[in-house]
Amino acid sequence: MSKTPIRLTVNGLPHEVAVEPRRTLADALRDDCGLTGTHLGCEHGVCGACTVLLDGEAVRACLHFAVQADSRAIRTVEGLAAPDGTLNPLQRAFWENHGLQCGFCTPGFLMLATWMLEQPGPVDEARLRHVLSSNLCRCTGYQNILTAVRAAAQELGKWAETAPA
Amino acid sequence: MKCPPFDYHAPRSQAEALALLARHGEEGKILAGGQSLVPTMAFRLARPASLIDINRIAELDYCRAEAGRLRIGALARHARFERLVAPGPTGALLARAAEHIAHAPIRTRGTFCGSLAHADPASEWCCIALALGAEMRVLREGGERLVPAADWFQSVFTTTLGHDELLAEASLPLLGPDWRCGFAEFNRRAGDFAVAMAVTALRLDAAGHVAGARIALGGVAGTPILAEAAAAALLGAPPTSDRLRAAAALAAEGFEPTEDAQVPADYRRDLVRAMTRRALEGSLAT
Repeated sequence: MSKTPIRLTVNGLPHEVAVEPRRTLADALRDDCGLTGTHLGCEHGVCGACTVLLDGEAVRACLHFAVQADSRAIRTVEGLAAPDGTLNPLQRAFWENHGLQCGFCTPGFLMLATWMLEQPGPVDEARLRHVLSSNLCRCTGYQNILTAVRAAAQELGKWAETAPA
Repeated sequence: MKCPPFDYHAPRSQAEALALLARHGEEGKILAGGQSLVPTMAFRLARPASLIDINRIAELDYCRAEAGRLRIGALARHARFERLVAPGPTGALLARAAEHIAHAPIRTRGTFCGSLAHADPASEWCCIALALGAEMRVLREGGERLVPAADWFQSVFTTTLGHDELLAEASLPLLGPDWRCGFAEFNRRAGDFAVAMAVTALRLDAAGHVAGARIALGGVAGTPILAEAAAAALLGAPPTSDRLRAAAALAAEGFEPTEDAQVPADYRRDLVRAMTRRALEGSLAT
C-alpha cells in the first residue's frame, strides 16, 4: 500500500512523515513522530486514552486518520510541561492529588482536561463530571482525577462553586 | 484493531465528491466525522475500498435558519448544537439532546448528517429527525432528491441512501413559540447508547388545548418510531397530568421492543412510558 506524505505540526514543531491512509493519528504520533505519550487503549473510541487536541479541539486520535490531519496543528501530552520539564498547573495538580495510579489513562485525561479548561466560561462540578465521563481509568481512580482537575481549575481561576446536588 | 487498507480521497468540492461516489459505487464510502465508521472499520465489520473524506469541503459546513427551516449541512458537527443554533423550540431541543450524544471529544468530530446516514437505532438526531419531520437533501452526480424522515429509516443502520449518494443536508422545521418540545433519555452510564428515549412536541392553541402532537421513540426498535396513537390521544384537550400519563402509557404499548440480555422487552416498554411522560412533563414545565 502506497504512502502519502503529510506534514503535522505537533506541539509547535513540524513533522514530515509518510503514512498509509489507514494509519490513525494516534499511531502516526507514536510510531512516525516518536511521541509515545499518547496512549492507545481500546482503539475504537471508547476509552479516551488517545485524546489529543486537533486545531484546539479534543478528539480521539484513534478515530482520526493521520492523512486527515495533514497541515493541521496537534497538541499532545508532551507539549504540556515547560521545556525544562517543569510541570504545568494541571500536571502538578495530578501529581499533588494522586491523580495517577498506573498512569496509563493520564495523557488522555490531561489533554481532555486541558481542552475543557481552555473553553470559554467557568467549569462547575456538573460540567467537570460531564466532560471527564468521556475517559476511562482502568484503575478506577476517578475521584482523585476529579479532585486534581478541580484543583487545577481553581488555581487557574476557572472554577465555579455550585451547591452540592 | 487496525483498519483494513483503503484508498483515500479528499475532494475539495461537493461536485468532486459526487463524481468520486459515482466512480466507486458500492466500494466507496463517505467519511465525515468518522466516529461510527472508523470503529466499524477497526473491527473489520466494514471494509470500504475507498474513503471519500468530505471534511475539506467548506460548502458543506453550515447550519442556518432559512425560510422557516433549519438547514444543516453535512459537516455540521454535534458540538455545534450544544449552543443554541436557532431561537425557539427547535434550537432548544437540539441543545438539550446534544449533550446526550456520546462524549465531548466525539461531539467535536461527529456530524448531524452522519448520524442520520448511519441510522443507529439509539441515535438522538435520528429520533429528533423523525419527531419533527426532517427532510433529507440527497445528491448524486446529476441528480437530487428530497426524502422525508418518515421514508428515510429502513431498518437497523439502513436508510434509503444509495451507494452513489451523499446526504448533503438535513433540514428541520423551526417551530414557533406555540410549540413545546421535550426530550428524555435513559442510559446506565453517561454517554452510553440510549436504552430508551422519547422526543415530544406539542402545539398549544390560544385556549391551552393541544392542537398538534408528535412523539418519537428511539433506542427501542430497529429504527426510531412514531407513537402516533399516543400523540393523537393528546389532541383537542388541555395537557393535564392525567392525559400526559395516559399518552405515555399508550406510547409504551404500540410497538415491539428490542430485547437483549440486559434489557427484556417489558423493562424497555416501561422505560418508554417513563421517558415519554418525562419528556411531555418537562416540555410543559418551562
